[in-house]
Amino acid sequence: MQPTFSSSRILLPVRPWFIIFSLFAALLLNFLPTAHWPGVPDWVALVLCFWSIREPRRVGMGWAFALGLAMDVADGAVLGQHCFAYVLLAYATAAQARRILWFPLAQQALQILPMLVGCQLIQLVMRMLTGAEFPGWGYLTGPLIATLLWIPVTFLLLLPQYQPVERDENRPL
Amino acid sequence: MAGTDHAPPPFFKRGPAPLALLTFYIAISLALFVVDLRLRSIDLLRQSIALVTDPMQRAAQTPGSVVDHAGGYLRGLHNLLDENARLKQAQLQLAPNLLRLEHLESENERLRKLLAVTEREKANGAVARIMYTARDPFSRRIIIDKGQQSGIIAGQPAIDEAGVVGQVTRVFPFSAEVTLITDKDQVVPIQVVRSGQRSVVFGLGSGQLELRYIPANADIKEGDLLVTSGLDGVYLPGFPVARVISIERENSYAFARIRCVPVAAVENFGEVLVLSPRQLQPPAPPESPGRTGNTGAPSKAAAK
Repeated sequence: MQPTFSSSRILLPVRPWFIIFSLFAALLLNFLPTAHWPGVPDWVALVLCFWSIREPRRVGMGWAFALGLAMDVADGAVLGQHCFAYVLLAYATAAQARRILWFPLAQQALQILPMLVGCQLIQLVMRMLTGAEFPGWGYLTGPLIATLLWIPVTFLLLLPQYQPVERDENRPL
Repeated sequence: MAGTDHAPPPFFKRGPAPLALLTFYIAISLALFVVDLRLRSIDLLRQSIALVTDPMQRAAQTPGSVVDHAGGYLRGLHNLLDENARLKQAQLQLAPNLLRLEHLESENERLRKLLAVTEREKANGAVARIMYTARDPFSRRIIIDKGQQSGIIAGQPAIDEAGVVGQVTRVFPFSAEVTLITDKDQVVPIQVVRSGQRSVVFGLGSGQLELRYIPANADIKEGDLLVTSGLDGVYLPGFPVARVISIERENSYAFARIRCVPVAAVENFGEVLVLSPRQLQPPAPPESPGRTGNTGAPSKAAAK
């Protein structure tokens, strides 16, 4: 039988407050002073990507736009830069959501990579077109690390939804 | 009745189509982008969002500052005594100059009065701590811990103990954003101390500055100190800005390529003095269409 995500483990329904909590935690992680180190991923993009794949009906472009606005103000970037990139990211991932979840985690990560790189490239192009300085190639290493983090992040964010494994001989599931 | 209504029952309602939503949000984002870049008229929106993000950013900075403080505490008494001795020595060395400064200033004032020249402005301002570097990798800005509540306004210059650091470009209720002189959009009017030649120095974005449009045969050498000329009405004259490190003269170009490094510890953390705005501001010149770059004050500050 073909392996599917639904055949792997039955998950509890997601709690809305946990989605909001994780998005705010990602925002806080982005505000840490580590954001200047090369290769530190854009946590908001990663978590947004995760939820818009898992729960496309709860987290979508509205959240992406609001988080983008917060990031723009916090960064001191041009307003609309993160909004644009995140909204496109949310749209792309939501459109692919049903397909991506059929793959095992490592292959999911491979499909996330181009979207995260695209999110970063859009911002790069937007700012370069308006005459900003080039931030160096280290700027594009973030999505690579984020892709590697896809498996641990999936585990962490699904943790509240796992139910204890109890074996029962008389029950098929 | 039920047969006439072909709309799906409410539990299938999923809001507007994704493509419509996408178009809507992208239109808003692009509009914001253009308005923010071209008109700079939505600072109120920025300030109100900052009311939410600013506490979060401060909270995120605490782990780092706690580690810093703990490190400083552990380094202990010995360093402090050393530093104290060093500072005392430095003060003693500067004492002759400082003691005579007051005398010189009063003499200068008297002479200026005799000559009927306007008086020199005095520099004073507010000390602010640098909280963190702005995260935007495309520009060079720092955030200081004083804002509208302390009376900071956009356009004020910021200096440290060695020279000019930058200029306040955006003000939030409890913090302000200082664009460093090494930022690609920042321009400072300067004067070469040795020759008295006036020019403007442009940020390069790489931590260096460039003196542009200086003729190849101009009198300028490596090691020359550049100080603010004060012609812009923003920076007081005489603050050190940068030092020339390399000059390339090529016959094929009319201008020399002059690289400078900032004198102040521009890219390091510490404290800055935000100078109060100059009193004797000349009336703003009428906007001419051919103007490029902002010499000193952003147009927003000039308008105020």
